[in-house]
Amino acid sequence: MDSFLNTKRPPVFCPGCTHERITKAVDSAFVKMGLLPENTVIVSDIGCSGLFDTFFNVHALHGLHGRALTYAAGIKLSNPALNVIVTMGDGGLGIGGAHLLAACRKNLDLTLIILNNFNFGMTGGQYSVTTPSNAVVGSEFLNQAEIPIDVCSVAKSAGATWITRCSGHDAALSDILCEAINHKGFSVVETLGMCTGRYTKRNQLTPKVIDEMVEHLPAYRGVVEENQRPEYGDQYRKLASDKKNFPELFKVEKKFDLKDVKRQEIVILGSAGMRIVTAGDMVCYAAISAGLNASMKNDYNITVLRGQSVSEIILSPEKIGYAGIESPTVVIAISDEGVQRRAKLFGKLSPSTLVLKEKSVPIPETSANVVEIDFKEYQIKKQDWALASLGFIASRGEGITMEMLDFALKSRFKPAVYDSAVEIVNKLAKV
Amino acid sequence: MALSFMEGNEAVARGAIAAGCTFFAGYPITPATTIFANMLTMLPSKGGICIQGEDEIASMGYCIGASMAGKKVLTATSGPGISLYSEQISFAIGSEIPMVIVDVQRLGPSTGSATRGADGDVQFLRWCNTGGFPMVVLAPKDALDCYLLTLHAFNFSEMLRCPVFIASNKEIGMTRESVDLDSVKLPPIIERKYFQSNQNSNYLPFEAAQNSAPDFLPIGDRTLVRQTSSTHAPDGYITIDPNVIAQTQERLINKIESAQDKLTLYESNHRKGADTLVISYGVTSRAVEDACSKLEKNGHRISTLTLKTLFPVPQKLICEESAPYRRIVVIEMNMGQYIDNIERVFFKNKMHDKKIDFYGQMNGVLITPAKIMEVISNG
Repeated sequence: MDSFLNTKRPPVFCPGCTHERITKAVDSAFVKMGLLPENTVIVSDIGCSGLFDTFFNVHALHGLHGRALTYAAGIKLSNPALNVIVTMGDGGLGIGGAHLLAACRKNLDLTLIILNNFNFGMTGGQYSVTTPSNAVVGSEFLNQAEIPIDVCSVAKSAGATWITRCSGHDAALSDILCEAINHKGFSVVETLGMCTGRYTKRNQLTPKVIDEMVEHLPAYRGVVEENQRPEYGDQYRKLASDKKNFPELFKVEKKFDLKDVKRQEIVILGSAGMRIVTAGDMVCYAAISAGLNASMKNDYNITVLRGQSVSEIILSPEKIGYAGIESPTVVIAISDEGVQRRAKLFGKLSPSTLVLKEKSVPIPETSANVVEIDFKEYQIKKQDWALASLGFIASRGEGITMEMLDFALKSRFKPAVYDSAVEIVNKLAKV
Repeated sequence: MALSFMEGNEAVARGAIAAGCTFFAGYPITPATTIFANMLTMLPSKGGICIQGEDEIASMGYCIGASMAGKKVLTATSGPGISLYSEQISFAIGSEIPMVIVDVQRLGPSTGSATRGADGDVQFLRWCNTGGFPMVVLAPKDALDCYLLTLHAFNFSEMLRCPVFIASNKEIGMTRESVDLDSVKLPPIIERKYFQSNQNSNYLPFEAAQNSAPDFLPIGDRTLVRQTSSTHAPDGYITIDPNVIAQTQERLINKIESAQDKLTLYESNHRKGADTLVISYGVTSRAVEDACSKLEKNGHRISTLTLKTLFPVPQKLICEESAPYRRIVVIEMNMGQYIDNIERVFFKNKMHDKKIDFYGQMNGVLITPAKIMEVISNG
């Protein structure tokens, strides 16, 4: 193929704009490499660099400002065979900074061409993240109060495996681009160029000055030795290929017949570390084994190792609608924090409600049937109090039976854990 | 009958897998995180890809790229994430990029309460895009719905080449419940319609029949594909031709509005002799049904309509279902977001004789059946 350029849509850049030279260098690189158009994608975003996708007869995706790398990553992960080339300006670089860092860290096999012309050309020459502090730009004095970033150094520290900084007028640009595209991993080419429509009108910037800038800035030319590592896509696929087991749906057939089944509302009032959610799960699985419907709402702190942990469980022969607790049949009060969280509940309990409270846990006044147990007396560790409580309610047939509970423990725990769980639930089963 | 026990978020993930989803990208956020966590355990073993984006914007970008490469994609977040998604959602709408987006709603505004539910994003989802184009928004009421509606969402998304929202809620997403996934009749899976090349036609990526989505070819196909977020002509290049622009805009609207019948999902329970219909959606509809069952036991018959498709507004359904009733009660887990749509439907259809009552609550807790009974009985 002689050229990938779309003859119907020639470049439309301002006279003297470096972008036009880069367009030709990209085309020349594609030709030298013998790329296939159908295997090649240009991803661009907003700004003059965002015009690139229209100039080439290859696949193209043009998207939102600064987001080009994100689309490119989605495409490359989905179809690793594609050559994915991304163009971004210094504007996109700033607004999409997080994406640049992520791309460097990931090392997905993308080629990023940064068209750094030191300002926002399209919107009036405002300052960008690469504008020198002493430049005269369309943002009045604002750039004087900041410093520009050296994007190559940023890319290096973020883990990019291949970086080159050069002039957009560099005669070797197409060869540099070939190298960048050939590199297996994330490659960054920062081209410095002239925005003749805006920037060079008020700033002395010529190809010669750009050459001097490239010379004085830290040198980046190709492979970054200290960052070399496997390409992200390969690495991802390797790691993912070890995950062979799909978490199949765990289904429970009805195994137990209960007589006179009534709706149960069980509230477990505990705190972080007491394995309240696990205990709630066991109650629900036990109920499901008797063909009951179950629902469980949990309430715990965002900082998971502190604060209350409350489970609200409904067991019902009917379909469960409203999943909130209206009139609890069982309340398990094993932590002050949980009790405090639902303090208002106690005043509304009826004498038919069973409250199992741990001796050390104070509860508000209630007309419920309160049973107090000193868990320490039974040598039950605090993290097992919730599980042990299940033995107490199951042995009394409150919603679930010991058989049902045993089934739940056996089906959800590994054998070693099951054995110790049985030991724990049995401690309060005969109380 | 065999029951499983899972939260709504897991049901969404299982629904996505059943629908043939092979790509997920998301950013952790309570109460949606467990969709991501579930996809991460499910996709790799099936050869799929699951990625954590550096932020929500990136997550959407990954999804857009993957969808344009031909994948069926899912992402999930909560209100604060939808805020960040919105620029990319506009892209997906305007450039007809299929994807399913789950919003496990939490109490807002802003960061609000991470672990408290609400249906506060309903109009946000409807109007989340620049240009105000119609959206498809489905609202599950339980874990089973999360499974089923996710399948529908993928179908609608592939059929119409548009993003489809699932408006879940913390109270569904993170509530575990027994569910019989085998009990539901699943819709047949609809796949994206690929362009069939013949010698007489070149592929124009946005050429479409009236009221339809364009035929698809993936980026990377043997035929070159163009995708752009800019205002484009059928060839995928920028256009300023007012006629071409107007045609595309109308098509983007009509392809969704004209599919209203296919998109309308609901449940209704008409009780003989009732003069009141309660309209609700999402988790609230469960309390509504409980309230109406209790009232029925007391001899007070009240009918219910549970909307599963919120947008496009199922106008025909709302008219037909409401027609026999003197009084309409709307209950929402927000301060009144959908009621306006219902009133507008009545107004447009000259159903001026309805007495409309509303109750909304958004204080971090579920609306109780008792409260709903009180609202119904006070009318």
